[in-house]
Amino acid sequence: MNGHLLSIHDVSAEDIVRILDTAESFREVGTRVIKKVPALRGRTVVNLFYENSTRTRISFELAAKRLSADVINFSTSGSSVSKGESLKDTALTLQAMGADAIVIRHSSSGAPLTLTRWVKGSVLNAGDGTHEHPTQALLDLYTMRDRLGRLEGLRVAIVGDVLHSRVGRSLSFALVKMGAEVTLVGPPTLIPPDAPAWGVRVSHDIDAVIPRLDVCYVLRVQRERQRQQYFPSVREYARLFGLSSERAAMLPDGALVMHPGPMNRGVEIDSDVADLPRAVIEEQVTNGIAVRMSLLYLLLGGAGTQTGEATGAEPAVVRMPEEVTSGA
Amino acid sequence: MPPAQLMDEAEVRRAVTRIAHEIIERNKGAEALVLVGVAARGDDLARRLAAEIGRIEGRSVPVGALDITFYRDDIGIRAEAPEVHETRIDFDINGRTVVLVDDVLFTGRTIRSALDALVDFGRPTAIQLAVLVDRGHRELPIRADFVGKNVPTRKDEDVRVTLRETDGEDAVLVEDPADRPATEQAGANEMERA
Repeated sequence: MNGHLLSIHDVSAEDIVRILDTAESFREVGTRVIKKVPALRGRTVVNLFYENSTRTRISFELAAKRLSADVINFSTSGSSVSKGESLKDTALTLQAMGADAIVIRHSSSGAPLTLTRWVKGSVLNAGDGTHEHPTQALLDLYTMRDRLGRLEGLRVAIVGDVLHSRVGRSLSFALVKMGAEVTLVGPPTLIPPDAPAWGVRVSHDIDAVIPRLDVCYVLRVQRERQRQQYFPSVREYARLFGLSSERAAMLPDGALVMHPGPMNRGVEIDSDVADLPRAVIEEQVTNGIAVRMSLLYLLLGGAGTQTGEATGAEPAVVRMPEEVTSGA
Repeated sequence: MPPAQLMDEAEVRRAVTRIAHEIIERNKGAEALVLVGVAARGDDLARRLAAEIGRIEGRSVPVGALDITFYRDDIGIRAEAPEVHETRIDFDINGRTVVLVDDVLFTGRTIRSALDALVDFGRPTAIQLAVLVDRGHRELPIRADFVGKNVPTRKDEDVRVTLRETDGEDAVLVEDPADRPATEQAGANEMERA
């Protein structure tokens, strides 16, 4: 693996297998009485969160702490950022304090990539705008492989607001890379226009797709990222695309229901469905810690030479559909 | 020069049988005994010892596997994060006597890591160490309680244990690193130094 994790495009299928296999060992660590190993003693991990996030930040924090790294949480409210400090100056400050890794979440797509120009340590993308959320995709892959025994040939539907969903993008790229068969399901307004180029299928009829799935992955309706009206009403969305109890009953035996959280119960997923045994939403959370431990270990467990120097070079442009590129 | 053979299949078998008897003798039976093998070849040896002890004493002895990767002292010295193996200790080690099992005892650093790892699982009454080969050159104050064979070596030689379970046959080999192809050398040296 190279020194950063910005996008699923940074990792090969072989890397993904290694990440998931290593996560297997870290899950075992999570079952011990003492859930901590000294693997990253003396390393410093900074959580730099420009957007609110509870589960991802806590998951990264726990992952780093269970590896015995020192963790600094830097959130924008109540910090120098609220005094107007730029991303660059914040990055340089953290760099000067000796951060070995920066975990960044930002409302602007491409912010993690930009960060790599200024810092020497590893940068891990914990969600950037509507671009990618690679660690979520990897923990979802781990959960699927753990439950179903394989990734190749799995039939997965990703249902909902794929257009604004960095989870939907990262997960699609990762699943296609591992040989799964992905179908994006949602109203035409919420399916990215370039989706066919990702190697996925597109459907606007959830009922036609459900009976042959191995995994029904439900995305959150992200009202906060939508800047115009993409569907007439929440009720209509729930009726046409929500995973209701009736729809869940049409899933084949053994098929999983997944959701990246936080859920809008009653909108994209019925409350009863979220509590079914086939809904592995809490397992996703537990596995997330092991997968993030695996990533931190693989990125920081070596001599650090592979992370290289800050290049200062202009980063490659991240191509995004114009409409959804966040201007924040 | 081809690698010289230090032990053949029969010698490995006899050594395992003798160590099993010594473990029982030292611990006056197998009652509070558990075996933990250090991955990757130590856990194969631990299973063989457990089977042997079980045969002699007529009671089964719990066997676990321990991966010491996360406890190594060379994190940040090695270029890449070392590969991780499985750890499986699905029994309580509190109040038990743990016999750690490894194939080769060399610098003692692996055992130092294993001791650290083990105490994260509980507080055993005692920890003992059984190895198939002791090749000397300790860098830490560690010694084995049970040894299959003491082998004087040069520090730059490679001692390799192959076992039926992972390698197809039982043998202990010693090789001069100058005699092996350069590509193989790096990997093997790394393993030895563990």
